[in-house]
Amino acid sequence: METIIFLIIFPAAISLVLLSIPVKSVRRLIAVIANIALIAGTIHLMYESGGETVRFELENIWIERAMTVLEVALSVYILYMGFRFRRYLVVLFTLAQLALLVHFEAFVSPTVHVAHNLFVDNFSIILALIIGVIGSLICLYAIGYIEEYHERHKESEDNRRVFFFLMYLFLSAMFGIVFSNNLKWIYFFWEITTLCSFLLIKYHEDEESIESAFSALTINLMGGLAFTAAISYATIFAGTLELDRLIAEGGAYAVVPAALIAFAGLTKSAQFPFSSWLTKAMVAPTPVSALLHSSTMVKAGVYIIIKISPALRGTPAAAMLSYIGGLTFLVASFIAISQSNAKKVLAYSTIANLGLVVACAGIGTNEAIWSAILLIVFHAVAKSLMFLCVGITEHKLSSKEIENMDFLIMEMPKVSAAMIIGISGMFLAPFGMLISKWATLKAFIDFNPVMAIILAYGSAATLFFWTKWMGKIITIKYGLKNREKVVSPWEWTTLAVLSFMTIGVCIIFPILSSALIEPYIIGLFGVSPSMDRFNIIIIMIIMLGLLTILPIGLMYYAWLNKDYKRVGTYLGGANVDNIHFLGSLGAQRTADIRNYYLDGFFSEKRLYNYGWVTAVFLVILMLGVVIV
Amino acid sequence: MTPIDYYIHLDNIYLKAVVYVLLAPILGGLLAGVDRKISARLQGRIGPPIIQPFYDVFKLFRKEKIIVNKFQNFNVNLFFVFMVFTGSLFFLGGDLLLVIFALTLAGVFLALAGFSVNSPYCHIGAERELIQMMSYDPMIILVAVGMYQVTGTFRVDAIAMYDEPLIIYLPGVFLGYLHILTIKLRKSPFDLAMSAHAHQELVSGLKTEFSGSTLALIEIGHWYENVLLLGIIYLFFAFNSLVGLAAMLILYFFEIIIDNTYARFKWELTFKSTWLVTALFGAANIIILYYSMQP
Repeated sequence: METIIFLIIFPAAISLVLLSIPVKSVRRLIAVIANIALIAGTIHLMYESGGETVRFELENIWIERAMTVLEVALSVYILYMGFRFRRYLVVLFTLAQLALLVHFEAFVSPTVHVAHNLFVDNFSIILALIIGVIGSLICLYAIGYIEEYHERHKESEDNRRVFFFLMYLFLSAMFGIVFSNNLKWIYFFWEITTLCSFLLIKYHEDEESIESAFSALTINLMGGLAFTAAISYATIFAGTLELDRLIAEGGAYAVVPAALIAFAGLTKSAQFPFSSWLTKAMVAPTPVSALLHSSTMVKAGVYIIIKISPALRGTPAAAMLSYIGGLTFLVASFIAISQSNAKKVLAYSTIANLGLVVACAGIGTNEAIWSAILLIVFHAVAKSLMFLCVGITEHKLSSKEIENMDFLIMEMPKVSAAMIIGISGMFLAPFGMLISKWATLKAFIDFNPVMAIILAYGSAATLFFWTKWMGKIITIKYGLKNREKVVSPWEWTTLAVLSFMTIGVCIIFPILSSALIEPYIIGLFGVSPSMDRFNIIIIMIIMLGLLTILPIGLMYYAWLNKDYKRVGTYLGGANVDNIHFLGSLGAQRTADIRNYYLDGFFSEKRLYNYGWVTAVFLVILMLGVVIV
Repeated sequence: MTPIDYYIHLDNIYLKAVVYVLLAPILGGLLAGVDRKISARLQGRIGPPIIQPFYDVFKLFRKEKIIVNKFQNFNVNLFFVFMVFTGSLFFLGGDLLLVIFALTLAGVFLALAGFSVNSPYCHIGAERELIQMMSYDPMIILVAVGMYQVTGTFRVDAIAMYDEPLIIYLPGVFLGYLHILTIKLRKSPFDLAMSAHAHQELVSGLKTEFSGSTLALIEIGHWYENVLLLGIIYLFFAFNSLVGLAAMLILYFFEIIIDNTYARFKWELTFKSTWLVTALFGAANIIILYYSMQP
């Protein structure tokens, strides 16, 4: 239990320390030590726990009181912000939440006794590893990033102490969410992540950032409102505030709170129709995006949906949930094709992959939950790597556009290598996301072929937009100067570690599955799927093949200066040189190569509207079928 | 017992893979030769000898090596290696989904080869290659899904030994597969990305800047791929090896006829029609099958 409390309290304490120390070098030192401690702490937790679910009592009136006070303080602050920026929807949601909370504290709360406030099982350990390891790495990267960010954005006020305060507080709240068994505690941490994300997105303080931040705040407060409603309902009707008891003993009374919590999860994990806040949140500094996308925030959403899904099993609401996930996967993958902004492509890809996780949770069979957890793990690693790469190129190229990444492999070879690993990690055999999509496909076929068909179409779109991006960066041209000399060591370290991790998690995936995930699934269902041994061997052969052929081949081609005849590219026989040619009127023209975005088929505007309307309909159905 | 039956019932998977690696280029090359001969006759020409493709490839290997940049051939080599690997995985009886994923990997390497050259024609070929991949990918996954629904397994060897004809359960999936087979065999009307024929606006598409032995590797890679694609046709008729063999040959002949009688589509039409066919035949077949197999 000490480890858990350490993981929740320690980042919060560090965040306060970082806020109060004015000396940069001291702050950096503390941050490094803190991150090492966090990584060590999560790994220690993994070894310490025996794989069983352990629940802890930790009853203390002062904790409850402190939480209540902080919660009210949070709400007051949000109210203040709402009034200041005239966002009355925010005010409305906050007031409604406050009213529910006051009612709850005054009339309902005294009647229930909470036996276990905290717990730990394999699933929360997996999440803790993601938060601890990847979250810490992102924080390290941010140290180098924020320095350059402020050099480039002179107009932005230098609030980096607040920035790091929020980053670590975020980690703390995430640990809180995955270890809490008391719904009120989860809600408390939930609201902290909402507020942290709001402030982090707003960091730049220009009009666009503020607009995006309020978009995130509004949508997440809506989820928070559903969460408070779920808490009240669960206590009044099911008579419990504990997540595990609600699922196990809640019976028919668990369905409504479960649907409401799933609704909150949908807002937080940016599923359709709530996806807009995540795409808008791309204005934030890149480490924030990485944090929101890979290890925190959105993962909190899918975590709670997976956790609560047994309470919905077999109900029409679960089917609706899986359709919302499937729809989100399909539409977001399609939209990603038409996007040329690297961060937006990543955002839509995140939304899509989380859609798969939600769909798996809705299906709720042992195969589906197994693949959902695999998806979470692999996605976290590869996506954080991608964001951090884009963060570097964004500064060096002064642009987030993929179209400006021509010849990146010649200008920034190491960053490109990391990016190629990241992209491969997102969709290509033998990397993680493909393994988990494969597992997902099997889970879908056994449940409902419509979902399998959705997956087939969505994966095809995924293939298209990732490969064209990869094609863009590996285009080769000589005579360009290397631009990556000025990348800070903070960023290099993180990039290198995450690149190795992206490959590493695929290699250790059989161990990961059998040691952590399968025991958890067996605990839930009694049986667990696992991958066929022959297939694992084949995947490992492909992986090892790539790992040996790629470096050796590249070295062979790079160092062996072959005396092959060199020619220019073919330009219809009218070459001036390699990129210029003579047009039909004799004028010299440049051959400019651009990618396809298929806007006629996959325009964001149209698809988003279709997806939004359909998803609203499905959400209404999901809530409607449980309430009626 | 036909040689095909004998092959399917071999226990040694390594032997199976070796047989494929050795025989596939010969069969693929011969098919290409027959293809050219029949096409020529359809066009009123005499046509080259059946083994002309082998002459061509051997000659390509002896050509001077000409390159635009040092790295361009690397991805082609990877394409070749993974294509042979994919085919072996299929013919030794591995998991059909894994075969499809490995095939995608090989395809991605080919597209990346086109991208890496920084030539407009290669680039547009690579983009179109990707559009083609996106077009056929859903259908090829649905083929695996459909076969799994009927046989309960993704293992190619088990599917090949299934007693009942899969075609009865999967007529729509089969038609969908025929549609994408035309794309995969790079036949008109879907030969968008690269072509042996003279297409003015595309030059030679993805292959434009590749020559000599690298071009030969692309060619041999396609022979391996074509044998694999015919192997998937066989699975639909695997209940009887003679019927399966006949189906493969007849359908290949059918593809040659299509190739010679259709003008090329634009990529928009290719993409739209393929996804539509996938939905109307493939997806519909799978959903109907799902409900008909419910107890």
